Amino acid sequence: MRVLGTLRVHRFHYLMMLPGLVLAGMFVFYPIFAAMFYAMHDWSGFTAQKIFVGFGNFLDLFLDPIFWNAFGRSIVFLVGTVPLQMAISLVLAMVLNMQLLKLSTFFRTMIFLPVVTPVAVIGIVWTFLLSPFNGPVNGLLLDLGLVSQPIDFLGSTQTVMPSVVGVYVWKWLGITLIYWLAALQTVPDEVYDAARLDNCKGHRLAFYVVLPIIKPFALAILLISSVAALNVFPLIMSMTNGGPFFGSEVMEIFIYRTAFAADDGSIPQLGYAAAAGVLFGAVLLGLTALQALAARRTRMATAGTKA
Amino acid sequence: MIARLSPKRIVFGDHAPSLRITLTSAILALLCLVWIYPFLWMVSTSLKSNMEMFANPGLIPQDFMWDNYRRAWVEANMGRYFFNTLIVTAGSVFLVTVSTAMLGYVLGRYRFPGRTTFFVAFVATVFIPQGFTIIPVFELLSMMGLSSNLFGLTLATSGHAMVVFVVLFAGYFSQLPKELEEAARVEGITFFKIFWYVMLPLARPMVVTVVIMQVLHAWNDFLLPLVITLANPAIRTLSVGIYAFKGEQSIDWTGMSAAATISIVPVVILFVLLQRYFINGLAGAVKG
Repeated sequence: MRVLGTLRVHRFHYLMMLPGLVLAGMFVFYPIFAAMFYAMHDWSGFTAQKIFVGFGNFLDLFLDPIFWNAFGRSIVFLVGTVPLQMAISLVLAMVLNMQLLKLSTFFRTMIFLPVVTPVAVIGIVWTFLLSPFNGPVNGLLLDLGLVSQPIDFLGSTQTVMPSVVGVYVWKWLGITLIYWLAALQTVPDEVYDAARLDNCKGHRLAFYVVLPIIKPFALAILLISSVAALNVFPLIMSMTNGGPFFGSEVMEIFIYRTAFAADDGSIPQLGYAAAAGVLFGAVLLGLTALQALAARRTRMATAGTKA
Repeated sequence: MIARLSPKRIVFGDHAPSLRITLTSAILALLCLVWIYPFLWMVSTSLKSNMEMFANPGLIPQDFMWDNYRRAWVEANMGRYFFNTLIVTAGSVFLVTVSTAMLGYVLGRYRFPGRTTFFVAFVATVFIPQGFTIIPVFELLSMMGLSSNLFGLTLATSGHAMVVFVVLFAGYFSQLPKELEEAARVEGITFFKIFWYVMLPLARPMVVTVVIMQVLHAWNDFLLPLVITLANPAIRTLSVGIYAFKGEQSIDWTGMSAAATISIVPVVILFVLLQRYFINGLAGAVKG
């Protein structure tokens, strides 16, 4: 009776949430549980036959060096791109935020252009630009005399990750730039006026006056950028397919290759791929929890100074 | 009017010319030129012949080969992929915006049993990457018979990115004042009408944010359309179509550049026209 009563009182609330909850149920929550279920089975995905193996897949993963390499590369990618992207865009945002600079809207548009370009296009265009055969980048390096032989940026295991990181930062720099600019807009003009009176300018103004004010935004930007940097599949897939010799195989490529057996014609292992996804997801969830905890502490600290 | 448009005016505005501004502008201009070089290269290549492309590294083509565009549009099916992408983008923007706004509104403004559970569930899943859920999503669509059509792709594209939007909407709605809503309720306006005519218009900045972010997401999405269109190439999106170009034995670079140009022109035009909304919308994501 009480349940029915609650349902009646809040019927409009539940009704209004229904479309969103159905969508989320199908594509957010159900997949998480389904992935855990698949992860405990030996299953190719083509046959109906699923063999329950319990934690067998996870044990295999722990001993699979290809999995750990892919895992490590995802982390390297995250650590390689996010700080670089945030730092460069912060400096640019501070320059573009100068009120005397009349062309900043134009410059901002140019820098934002890669953001609105589909990733697959970017991957393919850069494959050619970085090509060792007639690629413009190598052409320039050769003309300047910086190298004597063309560099096979995407074809060698040493240069492939830095190249992909570089292209990623180029692609998404515009969006972090917008975030920083939004943060800088919240700095009141009076602050700059006061700083001028105290003859504080240049890097001292940036470090001791502006940065502390926009610090609370840094965490939000860090979070959004980190989420984005984990979804790097399209860029790497369209540039290298994870190659050469798995040299750029990040977690998502590993999952895709294992689940759908893209190239090598081996048997797809959906269960194994799902287990990899679950393990990776669990680690990320742990990281999120840590970050949330850190965020809470910072917020409490700032609330303390305000009060 | 003429004085307004002089180069000096564009660079310095009403201020006296200064060396620092000139230098900064010049450096930035150079940087931007390098920055957008890949686009210049792409457009230039799309107008060259396959032979000229390797022989002439300059940006100005000798003769303009418009045939590349015909080849990309007709033979490589870019025309069809273009409309597929348009349908998926428009459909998912509508679905996502309406459903997450309603969900966020209720979660952000009302107390009812189960609210905390839903809220925690949404916040906890923000970090789950696509690669994690792609297999069950594909299985689910297969079970429903939607695994190889545009409707299934639109649904999945909507579902995949919605979590962040729910959290953003809930946050935005929770800080709007109560008075308007109460006044409307006194007038006897129904719950749904209050949301649609009173609260949703108030949340316009956040609606813009969500629309823009979803457009970018749908136009950029790759893993999901790649998996879903494996069995049915006719419903490929532009991203997958261009990727397929690369898979064929000999790469038709100029045709591919034409196809790539086709795929970026609509978003670039949209961006330049609606730039203010893009910028404010994205800024809304961090300002909360």
